[in-house]
This record gives sequence, structure tokens and C-alpha cells, in this order.
Amino acid sequence: MDWQRIIINALEASVGLQAVVFALAAIGLNVHFGYTGLLNFGQSGFLAVAAYGLAVTVATFDLPFWLGIVFGLLGAVVLALLLGIPTLRLRADYLAIVTIAAAEIIRLTVRSVTFEGTFGGSDGRQGFAGGFYDLNPYPKRQYNIGEFGFNERQMWILTVGWVLVALSCLIVFLLMRSPWGRVLKAIREDEDAVRSLGKNVYSYKMQSLIIGGVLGSLGGFVYALGQASIQPDIFGTDTTFFAYTILILGGAARVASPVVGAIVFWMLLSLTDNVLNEAIDAGYISSSVINNTQVGQFRFMLVGLLLMLLMIFRPQGIFGDRREIALDAR
Amino acid sequence: MHKRLALFLAVLFSTLAAVLGVGAGTAQAEGETVFGFLFQRKGTERVAYEGVTVAVKGPKGFTGKATSDAKGRWEVPLPGPGRYTVELDTKTLPKGVTLTDETKKSLKVEVLEGQTKPVLFPLGKSTRQVESKWSQAAQLTAEGLRFGLIIALAALGLSLIFGTTGLTNFAHGELVTLGALLTWWLSTGVVPFFPDFGGLQFFPAAAIALIVCGLFGWANDAGLWRPLRRRGTGLIAAMIVSIGMSIFLRYFYLYLFGGSTRQYPDYRGATGIDIGPISLAAVDYWSMAVAVVVLGAVIYALVNTRIGKATRAVSDNPALAAASGIDVDRVIRVVWVSGAMLAGLAGVLLGLAQGVNFQIGFQILLLIFAAVTLGGLGTAYGALVGSIVVGMFISVSTLWIPVELKNVGALGILIVILLVRPQGILGRAQRVG
Repeated sequence: MDWQRIIINALEASVGLQAVVFALAAIGLNVHFGYTGLLNFGQSGFLAVAAYGLAVTVATFDLPFWLGIVFGLLGAVVLALLLGIPTLRLRADYLAIVTIAAAEIIRLTVRSVTFEGTFGGSDGRQGFAGGFYDLNPYPKRQYNIGEFGFNERQMWILTVGWVLVALSCLIVFLLMRSPWGRVLKAIREDEDAVRSLGKNVYSYKMQSLIIGGVLGSLGGFVYALGQASIQPDIFGTDTTFFAYTILILGGAARVASPVVGAIVFWMLLSLTDNVLNEAIDAGYISSSVINNTQVGQFRFMLVGLLLMLLMIFRPQGIFGDRREIALDAR
Repeated sequence: MHKRLALFLAVLFSTLAAVLGVGAGTAQAEGETVFGFLFQRKGTERVAYEGVTVAVKGPKGFTGKATSDAKGRWEVPLPGPGRYTVELDTKTLPKGVTLTDETKKSLKVEVLEGQTKPVLFPLGKSTRQVESKWSQAAQLTAEGLRFGLIIALAALGLSLIFGTTGLTNFAHGELVTLGALLTWWLSTGVVPFFPDFGGLQFFPAAAIALIVCGLFGWANDAGLWRPLRRRGTGLIAAMIVSIGMSIFLRYFYLYLFGGSTRQYPDYRGATGIDIGPISLAAVDYWSMAVAVVVLGAVIYALVNTRIGKATRAVSDNPALAAASGIDVDRVIRVVWVSGAMLAGLAGVLLGLAQGVNFQIGFQILLLIFAAVTLGGLGTAYGALVGSIVVGMFISVSTLWIPVELKNVGALGILIVILLVRPQGILGRAQRVG
């Protein structure tokens, strides 16, 4: 077993593209679920709208890159409005079901044969990231410390990604210590009390849904640009629940917890993947029990188990405060 | 003498070369090819069409052409695996012969390494096109009813569990899948962990599968949800636990069952039985009958039996029910066992209708939610009505919208219903808000 390789892979995964994408998605969810108590189960829909907004604008309609970003962001805002208007007046579990349904509607629509000309069907879209990599300031070479490192394209997307993560955290931090943020937290604790103080709860919830959705949609851009291609099935419900696992792992209602959660989560997944693969190759685990293609399935089983155990035994995660988490339906 | 030797050698070499050449030819034929037969069934006879041209386009500018032989067979050797477009030249078809679906004259195929890929162009008038819109609608309504009844089985269980415990169980789809997988395993005899099981007939296999599903439901309650209720775990926390469980079970099934869709061994390729404009397989008729009988029995039990009345009392107000001497934990246990068995039955029937895979339950989970929400969360009859509506809607809507978007329509309706009548068709307004 090549432990050095395993550890380097884990370190690369902890700062890699997936960690950035899911940190952004979880920051958005933190605004929804952590601070406002909104149970948004359709975060993957926000990522999909942003990624497809960019990809379709550039690849299908041949418009400039920045316009793609604008359309992606607008798409996220519109989606938040569409989701929020019917459901924010309803009980928490209704919002959950509607948001998960909306995310699936988006995924099924973009992967359908009917709209293949626009969205590219199940193959998705590629060839839209050129405008982004033209701006790359890193000269073409490997950037390594020992074995650990990235090439110039990865360096560029990761730099942009982590800057976005930092900015998002700053925005959330500033928002949540403002009076506006305190109203959100009050809504999470007792909606009726806030309403009786004359605040428009519906409007606050809607603003929270939009801000969290837009922050999450940044993850969609980063994913699309980092992979330079998108497929509809990466925006399935599992993506949303990975983001929830990350948020709960870090601890909801804390500014930095989605980031820490994402780093720890992807490091753990990379470790288990690599250790299992190496153990199978080295013959420590019989391939009749588990083979290399099944390692990916094992990873999902692990995520499911992690989510269950966290929620049962430590719903506050690493950093959170148990009293601050909206766990009771209203 | 020398001349003879030279001639002999020349013949030998040319034979060798010819053999090698043929060999090379065969080697190429063993590479990737697309082929097909152009024919039409007329009664029991098969009429083949000769001299029809098929053109193939592929990556890197590859083009190939073939003409069908006397048996209607055509074949185009390919340079390698990849995505190819196969187009039938409709002008070369004999007079009066047309494609069943005129829009399908150009097909996209994915050819894998070493694959001999069959590509079929169905010829002749479609039976569909002959049908009027009305008979089509009748057929789709029947199919929708079948699907709606299957959803209803699962939705009833979900609704009862939600009503009595308040849990929105995202792992309910995995109970559905369990029924289908167990039936497949038991009827083929390929049971994980028990390699020497030996296959069973379909009915005993399904019966055992349902019993195991019931036990699994009991284990769910006794091992997980009851302890969580005791600890006072919030409803949202419980919902997220059920999501974790759904992910875990789904990929555990994938690990055990693999990613492919398979049929029950006893029910491969059944023929249709026509009743008026409706043509369904015999197995469809009796699976609908089974669903109706079971649903009727559950409704009867809910209305008339002691435990059914107790269940409705607990749904209404658990504290009051407990105070009037109802053993709430026992009721919930019964609900979990019967809910899991109903879900398992839905899985068995769904497997009959569309084949078994590791996520058949998960794929209909949102439709089950839609059905339950449509009818009104937590009301048993509402779940029934909602399911039939969802099933019919999904099926009949394919008259106007593309098949792959049929679930989009159903989920869209779910959102619209919540906008207009959030308590659902049969729900009470006070449940919401």
C-alpha cells in the first residue's frame, strides 16, 4: 500500500474542485437551513440552473462568457422566486417536497431528448469554458510542493473557487450579524413571535431563499468551469444530500462550518476510496467481497451512514450548537 | 523444371496471400459493425426488402454505406467504437413501404468495443397510427390505472406512517425496491449470502419477500424509529435520518444487485389480452386485481377493525389516543409492518410492470410524495385518490407531451396543487400553515 500516494490524494481532494463546489452549495444551504430553518432539498437545482445557464448561453447560443454568468445568476434568482412563492407560507416538509420535486423537474428537463438541441440531452454540454481559461494568469506548468500539486488550469479554477468561498463566508458573516440576520434567526426559532413583532416573515424567508440559492449557484459555475463540461445527472438529489451531510458535519448555523465540513468530507471520501482500492489491488480484501468498481458504491453507503449517525448522535456537527438547529417541524 | 517450381511457388504464395487476405477480411468483420434486417411482417410471413440503402456516419468523418441483400440484411463494418448515425434512405424503399415512424429514419447508436450492433428500422404502418386518439386514451388510462394502483400501495403505507408518527420517510422507496429485489433473488435462486438457495416459483417467492419486508419494517421501527421517538428527536432530524438511510440502502442494493434491469424469470415477454381498445398482458390484469383487493382490505381494516380505528385515533391525536387507553407504540408497530408490506407488494408489482433494478423504488418516491401531498398529507383515502390521479395523469399526459417528460408533468402538478389547494384534495385546511 502506497501510503504517501493515499495521503497526497486525500490532501488534494480536501482542497480540490469537489470540496470548493460542495462548500459553496453548503454555504447556501446554511443560509436556508442553518439560519432561517428553511428545508431546501433542491439545492442541486440551483447548481444546475447556474451551470446550464452558463453552458447553454456560451455553447448553444455562442454568446460571451460573462453574459453566461449573468444568465446563470438570474436563473438562480428566478428559481428561488418560483419555489418560494407557492411554498414559503406552508409547513417545512412541504417546502422540502416541492424543492426536491423542482430540482428533479430541472434535471429531467435538461436531460430530455426533446430539448437535446438546447441542453445536450444526457451528454450535457461542453466547450463553454474557453472564455474563463483565456483569463488564466498562471503560466502553463505544474505547480507542485513535492508530489502534491495541480496544473495551471486547476490552479486557476481553484484560486477563483476558494476566493468565492471566502467572499461567500464574509457575506454570510456580515449578513448574520446585521439586524437582518437576527430576524432570520428569530424566524428559525419562532416564526409566530417574529410575525407578532410586525415583521414580514414571508418576505424575509424569500430573501433568504434567494441569497442562499445564489450562493449555492456559485458552486454550479465552479463545477461547470472546473470540469469544462456538464452532464444532467450530476445534479441529482444525491448532490443536495451530500451538501446537507457536509453542512451537518461542519455544524449548521456557523459561518465557517460548511467549509470545514467540505474539506473533512472530501478528505474522508478520498481516504476510504484510495485505501480500499489499494487494499483490493494488494490482495488484502478479496475481490469477491468488493471490487474496484464497487468502491464508488461503498462511498455512497458511507455517506448515507454518516448522515444517519451524525443526525442521531451529533446533530450539531463539529462546531455547531445543538440549541441553534431547526430540527422540529413547524 | 525450374519453371514448374516457380509456378508451384507462385501458386503457393498466391494461395497463401489469398488466405491471409481472407483472414484479414474476417478479422475486420470481427471488429465493430452495425447491421440490421429490413422486413415487414405480413401475417405470419416475413417479407424482406432487397436493395435498400443504409448510410452510416461516424466520428472523424467516417462514412459507410450498405445495401440490403435478398434476406433484407445489411451490414456496415466500422473503424472502431463510438457514436454513429445510421440513416435509412427512404427513397430506395419499394413503393408503398414506409417507416413506421417517419421521424425515425435517422438513428443514433452507441457502438462499444468489438460490438456487432443491431439497428432496426421498423417498417410498415404502425398499429398506433391506426388507433384513434380515443382508443389510445383508453389504453393509456388503463396503463395509468395500473401504475396508479401500484403507487397507491406504496403511498398508503407512507401516509399511514406519516399520520401516526409524523415522519416523512424518504427511505420508503427503498422498502418498495426491497420487495422487488427479494422476489427476483428468491425466484432466480441467486440470493446474496445464500448461494445454494435454489429458485422458487414466483408466488412463493413474492410471499416470502413480503414477509421479509414486513420483518424489515418491524426492524425499522424497533431498531431505529422507536428509540429516536423515545429520545424526542425532532421531525426534521428524523426526516434527515431517513434520507441517510435511503442513500445507504440504495447503494447497498446496488452493491448486491448490480446496476442492470432484470425481469422475473417466470414473466418474460408476455402477450397481450385485448378488452375493447385496451391491450394489457394477463399479468397486468391480475396485478391490478391484487392491488385493488389489498387496498380494499386495508381500507376495510381502517374503518371497521379495532386496530384500524386505533390507527386513525393515533393519526388524529396521539396524546388523546394514549390517554384513552390505546397502546400507541403497538399501533405504530403494526403500521410500520403493514406499511412495509404494502410497499414491498408495490415493488413486486412494479417489478412485473417494468423490470427490477436497484432504484425502482427511489425512482417513484417523488411520485409517491406527489400522490400523498395531492390527496392531503396523512389522510389514507387522500393517498388513494392522489395516487390514482397521479398514475392516470402521468400515463394519459403522454398523448400530448414526450414520454421522457411525463414525470415532469406530474411533479409540476404537485407544485401547482400546493399553490392552489395546499391541504390537498381530501385534506383538512388546519393541517397546514
